[in-house]
Amino acid sequence: MFISYLFSGISLGAIYALIALGYTMVYGIAKMLNFAHGDVIMVGGYIAFTLSVTLGQSAWIAIIGSIVFCTLLGITIEKIAYKPLRNASKLAVLITAIGVSYFLQNLALLIFGSNSRNFKSLVSVPVISIGQVTIPGETVVTIAVSVLIVVGLLLFINKSKSGAAMLAVSEDRAAAELMGINVNRTISLTFAIGSGLAAVAGILMCSQYPSIGPYTGQMPGIKAFIAAVFGGIGSIPGAMIGGVVIGIIENLSKAYISSQLSDAITFVILILTLVIRPTGLFGKKINEKV
Amino acid sequence: MKNFKRMLALLMVAALSVASFSACGDEEQTTAAADSGETTEAAQEGGTFVIGGIGPITGPAAVYGIAVQRGAQIAIDEINAAGGVNGMTLALDFQDDEHDAEKSVNAYNTIKDNGAKVLLGTVTSTPCEAVVEKTFEDGMFQITPSGSSVNAICHENAFRICFSDPSQGTAAAQYIKGTLGLTKAAVIYDNSDVYSSGIYEKFATEAQAQGIEIVSAQAFSGADNKDFNTQLIAINDAQPEIVFLPIYYQAAALILQQSQKAGYSFTFFGCDGLDGVIGQLEGDAALAEGVMLLTPFVADDPAENVQSFVQAYQAAYGEVPNQFAADAYDGIYVIKAALEQAQITDPTMSVSDIGTALIEAIKTITVEGITGTMKWTEDGECDKTPKGMVIKDGVYTAITQ
Repeated sequence: MFISYLFSGISLGAIYALIALGYTMVYGIAKMLNFAHGDVIMVGGYIAFTLSVTLGQSAWIAIIGSIVFCTLLGITIEKIAYKPLRNASKLAVLITAIGVSYFLQNLALLIFGSNSRNFKSLVSVPVISIGQVTIPGETVVTIAVSVLIVVGLLLFINKSKSGAAMLAVSEDRAAAELMGINVNRTISLTFAIGSGLAAVAGILMCSQYPSIGPYTGQMPGIKAFIAAVFGGIGSIPGAMIGGVVIGIIENLSKAYISSQLSDAITFVILILTLVIRPTGLFGKKINEKV
Repeated sequence: MKNFKRMLALLMVAALSVASFSACGDEEQTTAAADSGETTEAAQEGGTFVIGGIGPITGPAAVYGIAVQRGAQIAIDEINAAGGVNGMTLALDFQDDEHDAEKSVNAYNTIKDNGAKVLLGTVTSTPCEAVVEKTFEDGMFQITPSGSSVNAICHENAFRICFSDPSQGTAAAQYIKGTLGLTKAAVIYDNSDVYSSGIYEKFATEAQAQGIEIVSAQAFSGADNKDFNTQLIAINDAQPEIVFLPIYYQAAALILQQSQKAGYSFTFFGCDGLDGVIGQLEGDAALAEGVMLLTPFVADDPAENVQSFVQAYQAAYGEVPNQFAADAYDGIYVIKAALEQAQITDPTMSVSDIGTALIEAIKTITVEGITGTMKWTEDGECDKTPKGMVIKDGVYTAITQ
């Protein structure tokens, strides 16, 4: 049943990839790790849940509403929590991000309660059967959406003017500012895109594993962080491939090594990556000037 | 380069701390319960007898603590409305422990400061194992509604309402072989949870004794886990006659959904943690069709005392109570019965005097509760029989064979 294991690994990995894209974009451009990213996913899931189940809207309204809400949420978080710390130490920003993460979790706990809810899948693609292998529609959609988003992001960054501004800010923020690029707006845009992607990831994740609770985003967020580091943080194709590889490794180690150790194995990958190749698979070597 | 490495190391530490502090939430919780009790003190000449409660009101295990708090409150309101116990009014002082052992000990100190004389708690096993040491030192009578690990009541002052983990594992194996006559079982359990792994270990031992072959034992880690496809594929390869799920209903709901999506048709069998699975499936209740479980309490039980509790709970909180709420409700009535048996009429007696009297009293009483007819053994275990239930047409029905 290797093929079955492989496919369930790829579908899990595609979710990690979508989340990792958000981490990697924000890190690449704002040079900060947004640990609240996993919780934006949870918010995205809850918004879609509220629109589709509680308010009975159609799937498309739920999806679009959730993306719009998360985009605004991302911009707001950046404005309130991170922008005042633009010139503060990296540690201060990181701790703030963890604070935002707790804030979102506890807010969800307050509004939606601690009980996890059953999420009705918003994807209505039938199951595909090839011989003995069955692939759920959600898996197909998740993979397709991930690939589309990676291609779209690469085009956006390499072809558009805003994308060029992002690249410039990522390379040298001070120089970019001197060249007349509005750094604050570029970083806001990055957060907007990252959080919009988080909404998509949240909807697809909750459709595939149909449950949502205030802590839904936490573990996937950390796994996706590993995927981003493994693929080379700051690299968009790296996040995609890192995510899929981590998903496959997690599932194969569950199947063939031990279902008890699979999380440990995933975290060992993070440590090994940091020891052997801290820049990850696709990361650029950074020569820091002393 | 060096800086970059150092920063990543830092971030790793941060990532791990996010993971390990996940259970933390806000500190302050419900102290209002004790106050509201004190206001009625003047009305009742016997004074107010404060029952302490400890359990997670926030954090990932909050669902259990909230259920216990609510179930206990309903029992207390009923008892007070009917005139109290031996002329005393009961009050509940419930403190949050966020399912954390250290915070639970702090919560215990708080309820003591607030004048609690007995403890209903703690709700979850790990904190309970820490708090029982403290109640033992103070000689406080403790009864946990739902702390099911063996060590949760390791001292003579501690009792419980629910089944212990080992007794559930043993009972499940005996039921599968004895009543259902099946010999090939697979298991999915949560190896990060004492409840789940405790039941599994005992089940495995008893299964061997009974001649049940465990063809596949699959684990997962923690309530965050949402992907069970791999475990299900492995189990399907092993072709078991029954799949034993000694886990809580949230994970079980996901397993049912993913199993159906993958086109498998297993027979599932679970313990009391599975109660609530129909509610969790929210509309997809058909998925739970044929799931069997051993449990002391089902909300659909037509018995009169069960239905009056379920209706009171629904009226107050707008949801169907789970077994934790039922255990807490029974727990308060057990405290009442023990107070009556020991003829305690003075709420100002010392904690250890009340404790000594209640410890003797509880061993001599039999309580008809909504989770069954309860008696207590010397080691604090509750002696009652689990009921075999099967989910038929979306409702729990007793298994008749």
